[in-house]
Amino acid sequence: MTSVAAGMLGQVLLMLTAVAAALLTSSRWRSRVSGILCALLAGAGVVTGALALFGGRGSLTIPTALPLDPLVLSPDRLGGLVMLVVSVVGLLASLFGIGSARVASASRTAWVSMAVFLFGMQLVPAATDVVSFLLFWEIMTLGSTALLLAHHATRGTVASALVWYSAMSQLSFFFVVAGFAVLAGVTGGTGFAALATLDPASWQASLAFVLLLLGFGGKAELVPLHVWVPRVLPEAPGHVAAAMSGAMVNIGVYGALLVCVRLLPNGPAWWGVLVMALGAVSALYGILQASVASNLKVLLAYSTTENMGLVFLGLGASVLLRGDHATGAADAALLAALLLMVSHAAFKATLFLGAGAVARSTGEMNLDRLGGLGSRMPWTAAAFGAAALGAAALPVTGGFVAEWMLLQALVHGSRVGGEVVSVTASVAMPLAVAVIALTAGLALLTFVKAYGIAFLARPRSVKAKQAREVPVIMRVPLAIGAILVVGLGLLPGPLAEALASALGPAFRPDVRTIGLAGIDARGIDVVLDPTTLLALAAVLLVPVLMAVLASARRHPTRVSPLPWAGGGSRLRPRMQYTATSYAEPLVRVFDDVLRPTRDVEVTHVGESRYLVERVHVEQSVSDVIETRLYRPVLILAQRFGVRARRAQNGSIHRYLSYSFLALLVVLIVVSL
Amino acid sequence: MISGAVNLAAIPIALLQLALFVFLAPLLIGVIRQVRARLEGRAGSGLWQPWRDVRKLVAKDPVRAADSSWMLTVGPVALLVSSLLLCVLLPLVGTLPLPLVPSDLFVIVSIMLIGVVALALVGLDAGTAFGGMGSSRHMTVAALVEPTLLLAVYALSIPAGTSTLSLIVETRLENPAVIISPVSLLAMVALAIAIMAETSRLPIDNPSTHLELTMLHEAMVLEASGRDLAWLELGSWLKLAALLGLLSNLILPWGVLTDFSVAGVLVGLAAVTVKVLVLGALLSVGEVFLAKVRLFRVPELLAGSFALALLAVTASYLVA
Repeated sequence: MTSVAAGMLGQVLLMLTAVAAALLTSSRWRSRVSGILCALLAGAGVVTGALALFGGRGSLTIPTALPLDPLVLSPDRLGGLVMLVVSVVGLLASLFGIGSARVASASRTAWVSMAVFLFGMQLVPAATDVVSFLLFWEIMTLGSTALLLAHHATRGTVASALVWYSAMSQLSFFFVVAGFAVLAGVTGGTGFAALATLDPASWQASLAFVLLLLGFGGKAELVPLHVWVPRVLPEAPGHVAAAMSGAMVNIGVYGALLVCVRLLPNGPAWWGVLVMALGAVSALYGILQASVASNLKVLLAYSTTENMGLVFLGLGASVLLRGDHATGAADAALLAALLLMVSHAAFKATLFLGAGAVARSTGEMNLDRLGGLGSRMPWTAAAFGAAALGAAALPVTGGFVAEWMLLQALVHGSRVGGEVVSVTASVAMPLAVAVIALTAGLALLTFVKAYGIAFLARPRSVKAKQAREVPVIMRVPLAIGAILVVGLGLLPGPLAEALASALGPAFRPDVRTIGLAGIDARGIDVVLDPTTLLALAAVLLVPVLMAVLASARRHPTRVSPLPWAGGGSRLRPRMQYTATSYAEPLVRVFDDVLRPTRDVEVTHVGESRYLVERVHVEQSVSDVIETRLYRPVLILAQRFGVRARRAQNGSIHRYLSYSFLALLVVLIVVSL
Repeated sequence: MISGAVNLAAIPIALLQLALFVFLAPLLIGVIRQVRARLEGRAGSGLWQPWRDVRKLVAKDPVRAADSSWMLTVGPVALLVSSLLLCVLLPLVGTLPLPLVPSDLFVIVSIMLIGVVALALVGLDAGTAFGGMGSSRHMTVAALVEPTLLLAVYALSIPAGTSTLSLIVETRLENPAVIISPVSLLAMVALAIAIMAETSRLPIDNPSTHLELTMLHEAMVLEASGRDLAWLELGSWLKLAALLGLLSNLILPWGVLTDFSVAGVLVGLAAVTVKVLVLGALLSVGEVFLAKVRLFRVPELLAGSFALALLAVTASYLVA
């Protein structure tokens, strides 16, 4: 048995142990024991994934009594990469859960489903055939659904969120099953190797592609299948949200990669345009909603839609450019998609863990009631800040490298050797650059708002004022996450080489390490060395710091009890800008898309029109896609339900005649 | 191409360029203010007043509010360092590439954005209404300006086949016909508007306003004092000088050093000084005739410049 196979077997055993431990331990020890076992399970995933990524082979065969190809688990390099990424996030989430899971989120169900969820998620990328892929996919979905139940007893919104989540994940599952069914029906096998024999130019391939794209896009939280995200993630405890938004979405990306790279490579150009359009709309819509959100978890949830949109944009660009024979740029775009996926996992997990820490200390997720947490929770603030830099794609973080790579691939994609590659590419590439630029700009605003309003300034509520730093066991995963975000940005060369090798023989972006772990993308002739850049900044910092210190020695900073505030001295914390007011100009600029509802209520003093006693302003931004696309469908379904009730009036005669009719129909169909 | 042509002479030139711009940036502001004062019939405070302001601010005790954090000290330094990095990386005096850190457009923009973010966080730090207001407006404008900025330089990058600014400038120097092509002209107008927005000049922001409610940039620095304010001011001035230098080198690339020689360095230094100061004076003259537009008209202006940039990119495919 090879080490990869042993690793997978170890994951099975650890999952069973974790489930047993969660069921058997008392509530006092449960979080500690189960948390450690879940962390070990994720650790086994990390080791197995890393081995597979660097070329290790091994397989586990699950015998079945079904008339199918045997279920074989054998991760290739790409599968190993995804297993590694989701396991690292799972590890951080489990460690964080040891400290953060309390009462409802530390129940038997919660820890059992955490283990099941991690297990399913880690083994989806190991599947080599449709049946085992779907099996672990459903184990993952089931585990995550049960995890979300944690707070159902105390919060009324959980039930409705859960219904949305179940419905949407089953819709995704339906699309995936349908897509695979088309492929399997045409090729006659269920192994991925058999499915890959289908000619991408056939109409069956296109049908399967669209179905699979919708299915995987749903799991990756793309518009218009994202509606569950802003409902579900705010209800989930911090570590669960981190595992869902940091890790589970990657399974959606893995599915899309599986389709574009392994099963149906070299598809027609319109596939690329379709994926790019889906990605571009998701990126823009996601970040617009995130930038106006006031709830920290809703903000992060929408930002996931944005990042996944960018991943799909890169993926689509690579399909389109490959069709146009701009191979260098196509491979660079694919590499950018992988870089985005990896860096997103790191920063989004850290951000959600940070949000979890804030929720634990303050019990508050509304940014309008937070503030001043930077001095009260310095560790959380530092980790959240580093991850926010990553999410805003600023140097030197993984997010920056990924977005840089994507932009470079797009800029170099429309021409090869000075010749225009195709009309489609020369329209799609500038538009994609514009979309990414606007997305990046809005992401900057979003995360300045998230960090600045929550961690800087003065506390806007008593809870925020009384916040305390979280215990060490929760600080450790936060710190690791922050280090990962920055580390991925400082060592892009080795990272890109590993990712390029994961794409396998057919797709192999030509990247090398240059300088101090910098990245040299030969295919499009660009270099980036963040460490040298950082060193240069450090050199420039030296004289500035000397000037600061020289000035500080003679002129120490004086602290005044009140800010100057343009002369206004009676400043209460409520008079600060809030998250809502911060995004107000943006709501006005984009009000055609966001459709905010605003309600202003002025209470006058006595008879006077000029003296105001109280002004009550309420503004809410709803999800346009939910209200315009899903509401009508739901209303229709409800109407149908009401009509259908008439058919069931409780009369036994009627039911007997239904059975008789059904029997008749069956007989007729059979005799045809 | 980029990594091959490593030239160690680039390092001393970059240092010279840095020293020149640290000296030049306050002078540029002095010129802008003096020209404006003369055109408005005032005597003005002289070309060296910005320099005297910086010296005065460094020699004062900074005062900070009790609830503000380390951001009020670190933010200004971050802004200053990001502006200094711009002055090192941009092809201002010469186009010799630094080893490993080419003047890649996307890297330059993200370095500039670090300064933007630092300033926005400084604005939020003290927890006052004006600071938050300035920060919010500043970030909104920065977010909306980014598509224009990237598309404009994308259009400029097409003739050169690279997004490295030094190579773009070299291409324009070798082939001046590129400069007056319609693609380039459209892109330059879009870029100029984007730079006005990035550096908080009229008509997007009024740098000399005293009315808090109309402020963008100034509202964010209200709470800063002493050396913190000095770094914020110097950082913003350096950014303006560097971006004007870039703009002038794109419009008139002549005088830029492409091969190392002592005479060439002197010519390069003199050329960029003259170009930046003349462009600054022209900017000042233009600003006399402009009023600040309403905040909610700014997106329209930026959408217009975005349209120009998009037109430039698509035109480059039609024309070529």
